[in-house]
Amino acid sequence: MNLTAEEKRIATETTRQLLSTYNDSRGNLIPVLQQVQNKLGYVPAVAMEEVAAHFNVPAVDVYGIITFYNQFRLTPPGKRQVKICMGTACHMRGAQIIQESWERRLNIKMGETTEDREYSLERVACVGCCTMAPVVLINEEVHGKITPTRVDGLIFSHQLDKQKEKEGAARDE
Amino acid sequence: MAETVTITIDDRQIQAAPGEMLLWAALDNDIYIPHLCASREEAHPTASCRLCFVEVEGRPAPVPACTLPVTEGLVVKTRSPQVDSLVAMGFELLMSNHRLDCKNCSANGNCELQRIAKARKLRLKPKNLPVLDKNLPVDDSAANIVYDPNKCVLCGQCVRACRKSGNGTLGFARRGYLRVVTTFGGVPLGESNCTNCGACVKVCPVGALAQK
Repeated sequence: MNLTAEEKRIATETTRQLLSTYNDSRGNLIPVLQQVQNKLGYVPAVAMEEVAAHFNVPAVDVYGIITFYNQFRLTPPGKRQVKICMGTACHMRGAQIIQESWERRLNIKMGETTEDREYSLERVACVGCCTMAPVVLINEEVHGKITPTRVDGLIFSHQLDKQKEKEGAARDE
Repeated sequence: MAETVTITIDDRQIQAAPGEMLLWAALDNDIYIPHLCASREEAHPTASCRLCFVEVEGRPAPVPACTLPVTEGLVVKTRSPQVDSLVAMGFELLMSNHRLDCKNCSANGNCELQRIAKARKLRLKPKNLPVLDKNLPVDDSAANIVYDPNKCVLCGQCVRACRKSGNGTLGFARRGYLRVVTTFGGVPLGESNCTNCGACVKVCPVGALAQK
């Protein structure tokens, strides 16, 4: 995922600002990273380098932390965050197949964001609607009993929504 | 406190400095205990390879020798049915995702895994577990280092060496089965801040890091 110069600048500035309120004790490392993620929605490489320099550790250590914990993301979230439930019930009813159909349709892998920043894919543990397995969460919206054809349907309805929005905006002008 | 303490390893009396880790005391006296991740310089051993187990008299379960400071009158055995089964299991788990290619491997003949297998009469190819090849790309982008993550046993020796004499390029990333030794952002060595000092190649106990 390539970031624009503007995004990099914002990330660097936000991180620097956050770091100015923390001392360089190692215990602050993860809280700082969480703050960065809160502000930006993700932790880009430039932010990791800033943090590493502040705490005086090799940059690869910060990368290790980011990739170790599931709560951190390396890519900016998409406009529609697709979360595929991998809980026991969903797993048994073919969550893997649903995951693959999303990946194929959007042409990205788990944890990535499409080039147009429209979708991002994520795996989550149980979302608590096991009767509707397999479940997919799009932003906060729950979709149950997902099949590969329903994946296609969801993407199609998003495209329609987008088109309608565009037409509405054109009419307003 | 006395200058040295007397300990007994496999019915042999040995003099060692008090507080020294048992593993080093044993190795200095030509008693081989399998080990991958241990390092003499480290104050807090990671004890992650789980291969250096020994039986200590008066303790119910085997303990890793790399975390056991020697004390006066310590009596240990390097072999016992319990120790052997723990080491055999640990070794088999290690070998279940190690790409076996001894014939073409640069570490052939100088490999810690081969040495352990010979010393403990273990087989390099797992008997009870399937071999899972991670099939990660081999990185030969650096000027004189080839890194094959499929052969890596995650002992962390290269990470330590890189911190000490290199640039702090190498580190651990990800978790569980996906854990790898990699660079910042997972970029190939040639594109990282690697200085090609080769310290990692020198300490790699297997053939994961090799000279070109």
